[in-house]
Amino acid sequence: MQKKLIFGPDLLEITVSRLCHQLIEVHGNFEDTVILGLQPRGIYLAEMIHKRLEKETTSAIDLGYLDTTFHRDDFRRRDIPAKANSTKVDFIIEGKHVVLIDDVLYTGRSVRAAMDAMMAFGRASSVELLVLVDRKYTRHLPIAPDYVGQDVNTIESQRVLVELEAQGFKKNKIWLINKES
Amino acid sequence: MSQLSQKHLLGIKDITRKDIELIFETAASFKEVINRPIKKVPSLRDITIANIFFENSTRTKLSFELAEKRLSADIINFSSSGSSVKKGETLLDTVNNILAMKVDMVVMRHSSPGAPHFLAKHIDATIVNAGDGTHEHPTQALLDTFSIHQKYGSLEGLKVAIIGDILHSRVAISNILALKLLGAEVMVCGPNTLLPKYIGSLGVKVELDVKSALQWCDIANVLRIQLERQQIKYFPSLREYSLYYGINKRLLEEVDKEITIMHPGPINRGVELNSDVADSNHSIILEQVENGVAVRMAVLYLLAGRH
Repeated sequence: MQKKLIFGPDLLEITVSRLCHQLIEVHGNFEDTVILGLQPRGIYLAEMIHKRLEKETTSAIDLGYLDTTFHRDDFRRRDIPAKANSTKVDFIIEGKHVVLIDDVLYTGRSVRAAMDAMMAFGRASSVELLVLVDRKYTRHLPIAPDYVGQDVNTIESQRVLVELEAQGFKKNKIWLINKES
Repeated sequence: MSQLSQKHLLGIKDITRKDIELIFETAASFKEVINRPIKKVPSLRDITIANIFFENSTRTKLSFELAEKRLSADIINFSSSGSSVKKGETLLDTVNNILAMKVDMVVMRHSSPGAPHFLAKHIDATIVNAGDGTHEHPTQALLDTFSIHQKYGSLEGLKVAIIGDILHSRVAISNILALKLLGAEVMVCGPNTLLPKYIGSLGVKVELDVKSALQWCDIANVLRIQLERQQIKYFPSLREYSLYYGINKRLLEEVDKEITIMHPGPINRGVELNSDVADSNHSIILEQVENGVAVRMAVLYLLAGRH
């Protein structure tokens, strides 16, 4: 199995810092902005960014976790139903700016499901998408990120593997791997 | 694996501990969904479910209907009163006619034990047993054990006493099976005439004295006296039953131990359970009802996902 390192610990640190500053540029002190991490893996990145943003802006920022399982469009089209994770949104997003955070953007279907799931918590005034890795040319839907860690050109048979310390890995690393055919 | 081992939910007897754990995890997610401002998810958008009730029901029927609506399924309701069943149509014919209208799942309650098993053998749709005679009532057992799980975190080693009319209770049998699967200890308690002869073979303790049962247990699941199923007299009078087996505050104070009180409903207040207990802090009866919707959503979602 071929593996290529896209992010090492140092580069990830720099990139997350850049993404945070881009967010602050647009959202100021996050008075009207909330952050939603997408289950299952986007929440770790969302937590990293949330922690750093609170430190930089010295204000309390709302962070929620959004599970998209029940809004997926592939229910009954896959062999096994996807396992649900917890949704934890303790605030109403009515009238707020929402930043959705996920680790990898691939087909765009999870993001569509997330926007659907999000509606249950109110009508957001705007929604933006932040991803660490944007896999280009793989989209099934017209969805584009607003903040990107890195663009990666991939083909179907490749996979992006995210290993974060928060998930229990030794070091923050993100790999591009070739799936064995 | 996040998939149920069975295509139908006919009884707790057919499912595994893994299945129950998966249902609990999914139900916990749905419980969060039904507490949102917008309580609906689109998962079962393209599914049609028929609720076929050959026997009266309030709670179970409403609970299933609500669960189906929360999942965005299309539903049709049928109850045997006022239908062609009264004109002599057989069960299989009735159901086949309903299925000809392209129904994916059938939720059925029937007064004959084994009716859903019979249907499962003859038709393609997924069957969910909503109670078959005195046999099983799997979703009730799942919501009862889920309610305990939510309160205690695990059922391993907990002592649960099921008190009342065990003989006529499908809730009792399904509960015993589910509790045993999840590692709880079970005791049944009631007058001798209302205990099935071979109940001990299910691996449960048998107790005739309600006070001893309460002293032993952490949780008391109190069952209703099912007068409608009793063809003969099993005890002299309701008043006498209530004197010997009715649970009231005084009795609980004598036991002097924190006991969680459950009841599958409908309660005969003043018979098996006094109001001062049913409405007390120790009672989780209304939580059971709330959890019922979440558990039924989980069952329908997981079964539909197996197609």
